[in-house]
Amino acid sequence: MKITPGGVVAAEWTKFSSLRSTWITTGISVLLLIAFGVIASASFSGDSLSAVDLALSGSILAALTVGVLGALLGASEYTTGMIRATLAAVPRRLPVLWSKSLVAGLAALVVMTAGAFGAFALGSAVLNDGVAALGLGDDGVLRTLFGAGLYLGLVAVLGVALGMLVRSSAGAIAILAGVLLILPGLVALLPDSISDPVGPYLPSNAGNAVMTLTQADGSLAPWTGLAVFAGYVVVALAAAAYRLKKTDA
Amino acid sequence: MIQVRELTKRYGAKTVVDHLSFTAKPGQVTGFLGPNGAGKSTTMRMIVGLDAPNSGDVLVNGKPYASSKAPLHEIGVLLEAKAVHPGRTAVSHLLALARTHGIPRSRVDEVLALAGLTAVAHKRVGAFSLGMGQRLGIAAALLGDPAVVMLDEPVNGLDPEGVLWVRNLLAGLAAEGRTVMLSSHLMSEVSLVADHLVIVGRGKLLADTTVADFVTAEGVRVVTAAPDALRTAIAAAGVTVTSTGAEELFVTGRSAREIGLAAATRGIPLFELTPQNASLEEAFMDLTRHAVEYEASR
Ligand SMILES: Nc1ncnc2c1ncn2[C@@H]1O[C@H](COP(=O)(O)OP(=O)(O)OP(=O)(O)O)[C@@H](O)[C@H]1O
Ligand SMILES: [Mg+2]
Repeated sequence: MKITPGGVVAAEWTKFSSLRSTWITTGISVLLLIAFGVIASASFSGDSLSAVDLALSGSILAALTVGVLGALLGASEYTTGMIRATLAAVPRRLPVLWSKSLVAGLAALVVMTAGAFGAFALGSAVLNDGVAALGLGDDGVLRTLFGAGLYLGLVAVLGVALGMLVRSSAGAIAILAGVLLILPGLVALLPDSISDPVGPYLPSNAGNAVMTLTQADGSLAPWTGLAVFAGYVVVALAAAAYRLKKTDA
Repeated sequence: MIQVRELTKRYGAKTVVDHLSFTAKPGQVTGFLGPNGAGKSTTMRMIVGLDAPNSGDVLVNGKPYASSKAPLHEIGVLLEAKAVHPGRTAVSHLLALARTHGIPRSRVDEVLALAGLTAVAHKRVGAFSLGMGQRLGIAAALLGDPAVVMLDEPVNGLDPEGVLWVRNLLAGLAAEGRTVMLSSHLMSEVSLVADHLVIVGRGKLLADTTVADFVTAEGVRVVTAAPDALRTAIAAAGVTVTSTGAEELFVTGRSAREIGLAAATRGIPLFELTPQNASLEEAFMDLTRHAVEYEASR
């Protein structure tokens, strides 16, 4: 009997999968992704958006719910007092953060990748006549769909990091929504001389680059965008790790 | 074994634990006593590394806790706060803790049974009563078959049956050679189970003693059919016997056990044999009087 990295991951999976809220939040995320994709695919006509972009139009909202999933997982350790039992069992502490991130990130990656493919399949089936149909073999379609899964997986990790960092569900969710949804809108209001160079590097804009086929002007290249977003996640994780290691539980 | 050495913890300007040193030894139940706010819970959190001391250190079984390869096997803890996600079932909660160490599922069922929680194992913890939550906490503490068991106010919220269960459990664990430490602010509760007492007030050590030494029993009240025969039976130097009623005696200098044995060998019937150690709680109050943090105004 001893602590192993695999054991800590298994423990975090048990915590993750034994909460009803996990299944509800995950279900809502997939549902939003697919429902928005189907509705947008059926109703939009024009050539400014491709079939795969329409299929993924729910990804912005799905990012929020997936982030909430991670934030709740991280913050509930503190709001329930469970963190004391958790850290008494794993006194080196950091393995808890890594394992929690891994479990939430992988679960979101798998489920949301499947969701993205589902949205694309269903969206294509009901696609408006005014939009050109696309197949999985067409340029960039697979990248876009897998990119959505990767981005949403990373958003779940960002949620975990924020939850462990601020130790409050409401606080973590507010920061998450602020960063992902409100910040891009605020920056867009600034003069072009500021918003043009800064905008593409904002977390959600950078992340969007990897899950859109029709790139907006000035957007980062797809994998560059994902790498920039991953950079933000790493920074949030580092801050969470620092607080976890240095402060009283 | 828990060795606390010169442990000091400050929150802001307030020193909550002040150069505290004591040792809880294997095979003994150590009672950790002090009034509200004395720093008991804070000390216990520092023992398992949840709070970092400002100075001093703690060794659990001879080494710092965080360096252990199997922490749950070193020490099992119940901390005051109900440290469980209310949305999880009792089984899932214990299983999550067990998995960190590769503890098998069968052990989870074992501790659930031990704590009398088998019937509610698949209920969500949020629906548990205070006492059931406490039992779950004790089950979690025993999960890793630990050499040290440390419980913060374990009988809080337990019914009389539960209190008795905890008492027997702790005595049993100590008899197996484990180190047992429990905190309380009630002397009466601790004296029934503890061998060793560590008393703190305002974070400072007030006494590190045994129950036997601390308990200055005033005497034994005896009700018997033959008070005169009993007087003769137990008479010795240093023993005083006063008559307090027709069939009642008050004895000092002899333990209840000695009186009972003496009466039995001579066939003297006893109706009552009661150690009068009300002074226990009083002695504790005396000791901590000047170190009470939160006192009712009068
Ligand atoms: N995280 C914290 N921040 C600031 N002060 C704290 C913190 N934790 C405890 N304290 C203070 O430290 C003191 C000791 O608290 P502690 O909980 O250790 O006492 P205790 O002996 O367990 O009391 P009780 O018998 O009421 O459980 C109290 O005055 C408390 O207010
Ligand atoms: Mg306390």
